[in-house]
Amino acid sequence: MIRLNRSRIVILTLVVVTILLGWFGRDLGKTLDARWLTKFPSAWVIPFKSYISSAMTWLIEDAALGPVSFTDVTRAIAWLIEQPYNLVLTLLADGFVRGQGNEAQVILPAISWIVVIAAVIALGQYCRDWALAALVGACFIYLAVFGQWDSAMVTLASVLIAVPIGAGGGLMTGIIAYRHPTFERIISPILDLMQTIPIFAYLVPILFMFGFGPISALVATMIYATPPMVRITTLALKAVDPEILDFGRMAGTTQRQLMWRVLVPSASHSLMVGVNQVIMLTLNMVIIASMIGAGGLGFDVLAALRRLDIGAGFEAGIAIVVLAIAIDRLSQSFAERMGQVHHEIPGTWITRHRRTVLVLVLLVLTWVLGQFSPLLLEYPENQTITTGAFWDDTVKYLNVNYFDTFEAIKVFFLTWFMIPIKTVLLGIPWPWAIAMLTLLGWHAGGWRLALLCGGMASLILVSGLWSKAMVTVYLCGASVILATLIGVPLGVLAALNKRAGAVINLLIDTLQTLPSFVYLIPVVMLFRVGDFTALIAIVLYALAPAVRYAAHGVRSVSGELIEAGLVSGCTPTQLLRHIRLPMALPEILLGINQTIMLALSMLVITALVGTRDLGQEVYIALTKADTGRGLVAGLSIAFIAIIADRLINAGARQARIRFGLEN
Amino acid sequence: MMNLKLGLSALGFTVATSAAWAVESTDPIKLTLHDWSGQLINTKIMGSILQEAGYNVEYLQADYIAQFAGLKTGDLHLAMEIWETTGREALDEATASGNVVNVGETGLMAIEEWWYPSYMKDRCPGLPNWEALKDCAEEFATAETAPNGRYVGGPVTWGGFDEERVEALELEFEVVHAGTDAALFAELESAYQRKDSIVLWVYVPHWAPAKYDGEFVEFPPFSAECYSEPSVGVNPDLAYDCGKPRGPIWKAAWSGLQEKWPGAYDIIEAYNINNDEMSAMVGKADLDGVDIDTVVADWMETNKDRWSGWISK
Repeated sequence: MIRLNRSRIVILTLVVVTILLGWFGRDLGKTLDARWLTKFPSAWVIPFKSYISSAMTWLIEDAALGPVSFTDVTRAIAWLIEQPYNLVLTLLADGFVRGQGNEAQVILPAISWIVVIAAVIALGQYCRDWALAALVGACFIYLAVFGQWDSAMVTLASVLIAVPIGAGGGLMTGIIAYRHPTFERIISPILDLMQTIPIFAYLVPILFMFGFGPISALVATMIYATPPMVRITTLALKAVDPEILDFGRMAGTTQRQLMWRVLVPSASHSLMVGVNQVIMLTLNMVIIASMIGAGGLGFDVLAALRRLDIGAGFEAGIAIVVLAIAIDRLSQSFAERMGQVHHEIPGTWITRHRRTVLVLVLLVLTWVLGQFSPLLLEYPENQTITTGAFWDDTVKYLNVNYFDTFEAIKVFFLTWFMIPIKTVLLGIPWPWAIAMLTLLGWHAGGWRLALLCGGMASLILVSGLWSKAMVTVYLCGASVILATLIGVPLGVLAALNKRAGAVINLLIDTLQTLPSFVYLIPVVMLFRVGDFTALIAIVLYALAPAVRYAAHGVRSVSGELIEAGLVSGCTPTQLLRHIRLPMALPEILLGINQTIMLALSMLVITALVGTRDLGQEVYIALTKADTGRGLVAGLSIAFIAIIADRLINAGARQARIRFGLEN
Repeated sequence: MMNLKLGLSALGFTVATSAAWAVESTDPIKLTLHDWSGQLINTKIMGSILQEAGYNVEYLQADYIAQFAGLKTGDLHLAMEIWETTGREALDEATASGNVVNVGETGLMAIEEWWYPSYMKDRCPGLPNWEALKDCAEEFATAETAPNGRYVGGPVTWGGFDEERVEALELEFEVVHAGTDAALFAELESAYQRKDSIVLWVYVPHWAPAKYDGEFVEFPPFSAECYSEPSVGVNPDLAYDCGKPRGPIWKAAWSGLQEKWPGAYDIIEAYNINNDEMSAMVGKADLDGVDIDTVVADWMETNKDRWSGWISK
């Protein structure tokens, strides 16, 4: 039973008109002899590209404050980051070496694999219990046994540097934003851009500023991974109970004490969520970082796939997942432990720090005895195992036996799902599209949002990227629809069934940390190069938030409402349809929002399998070292992301108001 | 800990200077490594020779195009494989800035052309002559491109003028661009496993022609006029009615290299290697699974006279 009031009729009509216009847009343009309707004339394009390029050239080559040039400053920063990085890298991977090249002599080898494993086990036991210790121990043993140790330590070194700087910097920025609302308003859009502009777009200027090598990779990683920390800090501080704040003031704290002794500790739980995000995003960047000299596991993945060694690529990819799981679980339980009160154990320093002592003793022992038995320093190469052949054979088996089935599925999706969406989106005349977007913004969030939507869409238009932007919207839109159709039911299932929940959780954790490049190449083998392959890759990567938020939303429906439903005699299905799903809708919408963000961030990766969208534009710009072109395309992606984000947030807010969750 | 390390490196420096009697500077020469075996072998041979001459070298992983940013600023010093066919534009741009110099050819010649597995000869008799493609385009068709044949081209950034070629030679083919090298050869591997029809962009030196049995299509030979003048070639009205150019693979260096390590520069300039040697080594590394360092050490062992000659020059 749908009530048809006037506004609904208007909305429905507009939607139908838009679709019809899209379907017949091209023919319309031809018959009216107005091709500019669907194809923005290149004469009207404003050359933002060259403006940005020349600004960048000036910044890198000429900008100076007195005798100190801009690049001197960035190089100094790079040097500062490099020192701790080199130290950690030396300890974990290289060892202390005297002399260079041929005369090199190892003075002190890198920390032995035995010690590192013992240390993480001890840390796991210290943070929670033996179960955690066993888990992280197993993770690190995997790295040794599967021959990934050396690369994993290089990756670990960069994580150990990037995460503290990213999290610490994010915390500080967040605190300033909390104290000064004006600052918050200024950095908020900057954070949006940092999160949504693909890294490839600003890689070239970063290389010039910070030099070629791991440090640039670290800087790029931090730019991408810090924003969630800033946001969460500000949110968490705002959410601290005002009574605690008042109590702190009454106790006569200075402002500094109030912040560090009262506010930050009370918010520590939420802050750790931010740290966790920084860790995950840092590990996400491992592949891209390895393209500009970070080495490590990311490089192994790239090199393996370059020689089509799917098995080796897969193993290195799983090593990244394993590393992510270990660091994530450790950091979470460490945060929990920090939040608890502990009783001092009486006794000497040694009895109180038994684990530390044990690890230190092991360290010295392996260093001394390692002179006689290399086994103590490095995991023996002939003891490693590999499952590489298994993966290669699996893909080959699927390819040889089921290719026709895959082909049929692909053709079905292309003809009935993807191509229609593409035709419509590319056919909508741009004046109409921008008008509709502005109207939608006005409807969802008033004139401010209308202005934002219209303005950003127009900027994309005048940079001459309209049709590539439409291909982007089509590819992301189609993937998000599929991801939602798969993800939301999975999330609901995870919320209602504990055992299914555990399996689903593990699955999406893996999908999110496994570098997409690992499965991209097998997917190409089974589905060939093209949009459908890109679609699969995007759906796999962007599925996670749809599942997580749906599960969270369904779980947090209040017990009283469920009770009320049960009392009035709802069947489980009715309970789901009339109570759980509607109440979880705002959360589900936020999940879709995140899905869109992830889908957009995958675009640059899917350009590697030959899509023709903004991601490709960014990738081409990178390979031609064209800063302006890359940034303009990157900004266009960011604009699409911001428009989608604002519209959906406004929609979620309206939904919450409708259900009385917010007023 | 920091102090310890600084102290150690200072100590290391004094030791190194006393030992290095022949070279101008003991600072490491930084060579870039990419993600394909041929380049790794090429670079490591160069590095080994420089080490034999007493220089210190350091290998850094870098992206093929992104490395120019490092070469310009002097963060990186030497790139051993800049392909005429894919890197010329970036190289020209870099040398124009004055901060990068082209040190000459490596002796390797890049060949890029349409390539098909041998079993396609049964389905399309007349190959490798390009005119055979005219009659059996349908053999190469897929559901998406039918009735046209499907040709898998390289990433758009590689250029190659394949769309133009298809039109000028009146081939009923559709050009589909793979986004990366890896995706391109994944297509080949997939088709080869199923003995399915495929024609795609292959280049040498590469491991693919060693692993898969097949050959290049023979187009009318390339000439500069064929690309620039429509009247030249098979089709009097259109340009690009011929095969692709073949080009050398260049060595590129930071312009400060010659000044800082003049001896090393001369060695780099003299360095020369050929396609056959390289293909054999790439095959050993990628197909037989021999460690790259072993492959390099073998080459150094068997070619001692050659590289000693480059050093003494």
